[in-house]
Amino acid sequence: MNAPNPGALTSSLLYLDGVSVSFDGFKAIRGLSLTIEPGEMRAIIGPNGAGKTTMMDIITGKTKPDVGTVMFGGSVDLTKLDEAAIANLGIGRKFQKPTVFDFHTIEDNILLALKAPRSVARTLFWQTAAAQAKRIDDILGIIKLGDARDRLAGSLSHGQKQWLEIGMLLAQDPKLLLVDEPAAGMTDGETAETAVLLKAIAKDHSVIVVEHDMGFIRELGVKVTVLHEGSVLAEGPLDVVSANERVVEVYLGR
Amino acid sequence: MRIVSCLLRMIALATLLALQPGAAAAQSADEAFTRLGADSFSDTNRAIELLIANAHPQAAPIIEALAAGRLLAGGGAVVIKTTDGKFLDARTGAALPAESPGLAPVRLNNGVRRNIQAALGGLGLLNPDAGKRIAAAEAVFKSRDVALLPVLEGAIAKETDARAKAALRQAQAAILVAKPDAPPFDRIAAIDVLRERGDQDALATLRSLPADSSPALKEAQSRAVSAIEGKLAVWRAGQNLWYGLSLGSVLLLAAIGLAITFGVMGVINMAHGEMVMLGAYTTFIVQEIIRTRFPGLFDYSLLIAVPLAFMVAGLVGIAIERGVIRFLYGRPLETLLATWGISLILQQAVRTAFGPTNREVGAPNFMSGAFEIGQLAITWNRLWIIVFAGLVFAALLAILKLTPIGLQMRAVTQNRRMASAMGIRTGRVDALTFGLGSGVAGLAGVALSQIDNVSPNLGQSYIIDSFMVVVFGGVGNLWGTLISAMTLGVANKLLEPYAGAVLGKIALLVFIILFIQKRPRGLFALKGRAVEA
Amino acid sequence: MISRFLLQNMDKRGYVFLALVAAIGILVPLLNLLMPVGSLFHVPTSTMSLWGKYLCYALLAISLDLVWGYCGILSLGHGAFFALGGYAMGMYLMRQIGSRGTYGNPVLPDFMVFLNWQELPWYWYGFSSFPFAMLMVLLAPGLLAFVFGWFAFRSRVTGVYLSIITQALTYALLLAFFRNDMGFGGNNGLTDFKDILGFNVQAQTTRAALFSMTCVMLIAGFLIARGIVVSKLGKVVIAIRDAESRTRFLGYRVDRFKLFVFTVSACMAGVAGALYVPQVGIINPSEFAPANSIETVIWVAVGGRGTLVGAALGAVVVNYAKTVFTSGFMAPYWLFALGALFVFVTIFMPKGIIGTARELWEKRRKPAPTVTPEPAPAE
Repeated sequence: MNAPNPGALTSSLLYLDGVSVSFDGFKAIRGLSLTIEPGEMRAIIGPNGAGKTTMMDIITGKTKPDVGTVMFGGSVDLTKLDEAAIANLGIGRKFQKPTVFDFHTIEDNILLALKAPRSVARTLFWQTAAAQAKRIDDILGIIKLGDARDRLAGSLSHGQKQWLEIGMLLAQDPKLLLVDEPAAGMTDGETAETAVLLKAIAKDHSVIVVEHDMGFIRELGVKVTVLHEGSVLAEGPLDVVSANERVVEVYLGR
Repeated sequence: MRIVSCLLRMIALATLLALQPGAAAAQSADEAFTRLGADSFSDTNRAIELLIANAHPQAAPIIEALAAGRLLAGGGAVVIKTTDGKFLDARTGAALPAESPGLAPVRLNNGVRRNIQAALGGLGLLNPDAGKRIAAAEAVFKSRDVALLPVLEGAIAKETDARAKAALRQAQAAILVAKPDAPPFDRIAAIDVLRERGDQDALATLRSLPADSSPALKEAQSRAVSAIEGKLAVWRAGQNLWYGLSLGSVLLLAAIGLAITFGVMGVINMAHGEMVMLGAYTTFIVQEIIRTRFPGLFDYSLLIAVPLAFMVAGLVGIAIERGVIRFLYGRPLETLLATWGISLILQQAVRTAFGPTNREVGAPNFMSGAFEIGQLAITWNRLWIIVFAGLVFAALLAILKLTPIGLQMRAVTQNRRMASAMGIRTGRVDALTFGLGSGVAGLAGVALSQIDNVSPNLGQSYIIDSFMVVVFGGVGNLWGTLISAMTLGVANKLLEPYAGAVLGKIALLVFIILFIQKRPRGLFALKGRAVEA
Repeated sequence: MISRFLLQNMDKRGYVFLALVAAIGILVPLLNLLMPVGSLFHVPTSTMSLWGKYLCYALLAISLDLVWGYCGILSLGHGAFFALGGYAMGMYLMRQIGSRGTYGNPVLPDFMVFLNWQELPWYWYGFSSFPFAMLMVLLAPGLLAFVFGWFAFRSRVTGVYLSIITQALTYALLLAFFRNDMGFGGNNGLTDFKDILGFNVQAQTTRAALFSMTCVMLIAGFLIARGIVVSKLGKVVIAIRDAESRTRFLGYRVDRFKLFVFTVSACMAGVAGALYVPQVGIINPSEFAPANSIETVIWVAVGGRGTLVGAALGAVVVNYAKTVFTSGFMAPYWLFALGALFVFVTIFMPKGIIGTARELWEKRRKPAPTVTPEPAPAE
């Protein structure tokens, strides 16, 4: 129902069309179509099992779709690439459950994410240049972990880990950020700060945010896509979408 | 006895009338006894021939006594000394009052012994028991003793049992085919009979044809040889398949417990092989007790050992789980190391208690011996192990599908955290699973005690193969383990004739190493997000 | 640049280790050669050879720690790489025998004459040259590790599955090397060596030199391993150990990093094997036995994995204990002790000697330590 416009392919940053995938007969995604423009920030909502995480898995190469088109930047077929190649194209991902490297310091976590050559040889003989050190300092400042840079990431609180992960996304400097439930497990204050941070990031990046927290979505104030049973149910500003009869039905139950 | 002598006489008459003047019969019999009395090897040989050719009623006891060195001769008398020390007149079988002086055993050499064997074969051809006649025909088939041809022909004419008749005809054919002065037509017909028989012996007989045979005969021979070879190749493949299934069932028994614990708990139990060993030693102990206290129960020793081995191995398994593995939850690689340590301890404990050498575990009657289907040789112990493996597999399937604990095990296999949230006591499930897996290994030990050496290293020799079965079959599906075990067993045995046992095994290991690259989770793997997480 | 690579961020523990190995490498041969027999300071040649063996094991343990402690790859087949390096050295030593063998054949080793072989198999060519043989010491295990790892890591075989197939690998090699027609001496392996680089293998001076060489290679191996783990590549490798898929989403080709570490480690194990063979005087297929590889793992676990120094320490401690145990009246109980060690270390001392000592030290220094992270899953 939300088929992309003709010509959307070339102008879009991310283009999904007719994507389906099933696990042991269960169709997690059915005929999903979605377009993200360069510089756009998009919020994705949907009840549990709507296919939000699976969609992210498809975009980042963790899961291969059975059918459908997944294009990046108008010309790169993501279904043909693996996770590392997709990450190097400029797609960064923050996981639902914050995943940082527990046995590395916070600084090293950022260093590992920092946009730089990823080859074996280049990492073996790596020397951090002054500009890169400064970039790490900046990011640590943004995520408010500058004082804790030598602490092991495993010793951080849940909210701090969420922020560290966002910091790692920043260090990666991707063209498109996939952010899965950034506000989960955060206090109200932290949630509000996270929204501000994401909005700042969205100024020069495309962002897809998956979130349950409606307050958070409202704060972001961006176009919303509602997923249900693996396909797009509605799309538009939050107010319009939340007035949609079918969306209400899906969320509240018949 | 009377029937036999009647029969013998009639057959002898029927066959000999054609060859010899009838009056000669009684005279020849007399000559036989004279020659026995002479006690020279050549005379003894001739005497045997005469006794057989005349179908003398006393031929069987005389020749048997001769073979056993109980035929005495001297002073014109020939006497049989019975096993219980009585003396009989060899000519009539009538009892003699006492040992006459001047009697000495008729001497034997290898030539005479050979003739005795052939003669006994010929006598067997006339035995009233059809089974004995078939056995005798087989003996003649192998000895190809031309002297027995007339007896054979007589026996064929009298034979009513179809199987015995076929065996006799084959024996006759074996002799005819190699008899240069037999009619060519008969010899070619004999080749056909041999071809129909179609086994290794028939092939050997056909191949040993004299070099001067006629071209027609040679052609018939080569056609028959290639026909038999083709047929034998099929049988050999069948035999290898059987060996493969047998090996597969052993692998299944050894691996299925491992597959269950690996599936449910995600840990590799390196001490699994030692559970097998404990099962085998339990069998050994059960047999020792039976041997010394209740010898009559020996045939039931395995039946008694089965539940005991299951319990011993199962309890040790539960002890390992509660004592060690429980503390290593979520650290599969450490579990692997700790269970390896346990395997060292168990091995050394058994070595200390029972010594490092192989222990003898006997086979009850129903497990010994073999039978043949066509050209397939099937030993009872292998057959019972396959049946046993099938029963164990079915029982495990039933436990997993039909019982509450099975349901809980499957739930934990698929999603441990969810199962725990549903109120399943995963710790208890783990312990029971480990006990069950180890118990099944103990059962494997009972079976393996019948075909392998019971030594402290028994488990070691199966552990890597068991891993291969589990890795190849995939986790969480018993059918995968079954198919994997059978595939690997059959592949192993089919490769062996071409590559040799060691190379075949290496080839399989390399195959699995490559296979796991293609399907990292085995043949039958669970799919979906839960697994990848 | 190379020295900076090797010595960057060297910590106190590293320096102590380096100094200790260097001191042993110089002092032990000197005390052996210069002190008169019977002197309090004399080191008997047998003791020196025994410790030379321990130090070879220490290098093997460091190579295993590199893949297991830092990359989370529990290889149960490292003994295979060790043995391959050993065989490469053994082949060189066999060719050096020349016509001094029992059968006096100038080209063919004794066992080939015994098997009625007419000519040298092609894969024995070149082994009469020392540099070629040393190249093979690196290449044979390295290439095997590269090919094996290339398949395994690309297909994302991890955890216990990977451990099992590494075990299958060394088991397959064990079976293969037992075969006479492989051309590696079958059951008996390669032995009766005469000389190395023209020096008699049995001579005291040669043994002293081999001991020193072992210390040099142990230092080199340690420096290379350390250089790798403290580099950014080392950080990536640790990241892979702790959160493999996260690392992939950061854009690192996990398979290539694993392959690099695995191959380097295999080469290092090969060098250890090559030093081992002339000191013990024999190499046979039993070195491929899966049990040997697992025992190596326990050395690393005892010393403390992910510390390098700990791995070397563990190798020496466990093997010294083994020597003491198995040469006395307690010999029958050695396997009980070894088995118990496996269980004890995994349950009560997962961080090994070094890790536990460091923890105690830090606890004493700082009564209220910062929150330490939960131990990560070992996979």
